Amino acid sequence: MTHTSVPLRLAGGQRRDAARLSMITAARVALYLFLSAVCLVLLFPNLWMLSTSLKEPQQIFAYPPQLMPRPIVWWNYVVAIQKFPFFLYLRNTLIVTGLATFGTVLSASLVAFGFARRRFPEREFLFAVLLSTMMLPGIVTLIPTFVLFTRLGWVNTFLPLTVPSFFGGGAFYIFLLRQFYLTLPYDYDEAAYIDGASSLRVWWEIILPFSKAPLAAITVFTVLSHWNDFMGPLIYMNKPHMRTLALGLQFFRDQQVTQWNYLMAGSTLTLIPVLILFFAAQRYFMEGILLTGLSGR
Amino acid sequence: MALRAARNTIPTRPGPLARKEAWEGRLYILPWVLGFLIFTIGPMLASVIFSFTKYSVLSGADWLGLANYTRIFGDDRLFRLSLYNTFYFVFLSVPLSLFAAFLVALLLSVQVRGINLYRTLYYLPVITPAVASALTWGMLFSGDYGLVNAVLRTVGLPTFNWLFDPKITKLIFVIMGFWGIGGSVIIFLAGLQNVPRVLYEAASIDGANLWYRFRHITVPMMTPLIFFNLVLGIIGTFQVFTGAYIITAGGPANSTLFYVLYLYNNAFRFFKMGYASALAWVLFVIILIFTITQLRMARLWVFYEAER
Repeated sequence: MTHTSVPLRLAGGQRRDAARLSMITAARVALYLFLSAVCLVLLFPNLWMLSTSLKEPQQIFAYPPQLMPRPIVWWNYVVAIQKFPFFLYLRNTLIVTGLATFGTVLSASLVAFGFARRRFPEREFLFAVLLSTMMLPGIVTLIPTFVLFTRLGWVNTFLPLTVPSFFGGGAFYIFLLRQFYLTLPYDYDEAAYIDGASSLRVWWEIILPFSKAPLAAITVFTVLSHWNDFMGPLIYMNKPHMRTLALGLQFFRDQQVTQWNYLMAGSTLTLIPVLILFFAAQRYFMEGILLTGLSGR
Repeated sequence: MALRAARNTIPTRPGPLARKEAWEGRLYILPWVLGFLIFTIGPMLASVIFSFTKYSVLSGADWLGLANYTRIFGDDRLFRLSLYNTFYFVFLSVPLSLFAAFLVALLLSVQVRGINLYRTLYYLPVITPAVASALTWGMLFSGDYGLVNAVLRTVGLPTFNWLFDPKITKLIFVIMGFWGIGGSVIIFLAGLQNVPRVLYEAASIDGANLWYRFRHITVPMMTPLIFFNLVLGIIGTFQVFTGAYIITAGGPANSTLFYVLYLYNNAFRFFKMGYASALAWVLFVIILIFTITQLRMARLWVFYEAER
């Protein structure tokens, strides 16, 4: 790791060196303290959620407020899992998120390949159209799309929440991938074409292996957006057994009006799977975002 | 056409090969083209037609002409109120959140050991499902002994009836907005890392101090991303829904009835699909005016390197 921002040039007498060094150390300690303080503020709602999920009811609104649950009541989670019901909603959420993410990553990378690696007369125009759809508020298409899916008999199936993902998966992801593909040298493709490879093979064997970081970033974004989606399931999943975790949590609230410990246990349970995914993928995720041409516009 | 092809980055290969390439290209982008027709253009056109009708999905559509629109701009008190609530929220939340996101990105752009851990942790609130964080905030703001009031009381400040005082309920969502800045932070952070080092070095040699370098290098280089976040931030904030649906359900006294919540109620609670479509179009035009104004004004303050 290079410290370009804090030059450690030590010139002059030794006393001045020492003074300067301790000043830099002090500045660095202050920086870490500040970073940690902001971090604590940002994470506080999550900490409080976790803490409440392990509390006895009478401790929840105790004054002065207490962060540490005493005693720690793991039983809250047993109740939440049964009443929620957690595993049914988890299954539904996994189906929706899994299919939608697969569709998005597959179709976005194919479409981006077309925009970045194949030339055709309408390309620039269509790409401009694609970019402009990023500025389209989704609310305009909501009602006719609902009517369409209702007419098709798709309400209370997984189809409304998954099928649209197979059609490019969203302009932003196509844009991100295309920007990244443009940074890969065309020589690789050229060599493969000379050897008689098809373009589909170039996409699969050259472009995709180079794109692990941006693909990971898109995967994380897509998983998050479907895992956390509320309005979609709210509109399309009327039957209790079709609810996702996010929607189920809302109905769980209605049953447990003031039982914050169970409610927060349910919230924590909903967060844990994506938290694990995020930590597993975070290196690729950050790299993927920082590397893509996102800022090269 | 030939000129355009010649300007492309990929070397030109004319003849049947180029024709094959073109057809392949069209085939690759076909999923998006179909999706655009089925899920964007089609619904948009349908929504214009719906907006001139009385339509409840269950029954057929009755042609109303402009009646929906005259009602919206005539005697619909809740339309005006929800629009006011939404403007209030957008004008307060977007600039504040953007400013906070920029500061946090600057903080996270320092090159010290362990900074990647901080970057990850700072993003965690964004990962939290909107429903879970809305429930948590509802608890934090609730009653006399919710954490927010407890803290205020401990440090000797006045407490508020956050969830039930129509004068301040909207502020809950502005405050919550600060925990949702992670996405903008990452975009800013990516931009900060891409500012060419040579610019800073050259300025330092010329004797520019830290503030001068920030003001005359960092800020101009970041304006395209500030613009990007501003445009998408406004579009997103105009459509605020989940938090208000869960925490306050639009109340008290409709003080948090934001536009999309009102639209949702019309469409999916009262099944007034025609009226809700008209509402959607009104919002669309409002957002479009905002976006176009910003694109126009961008010339005045957004710095693009390629420009001469």
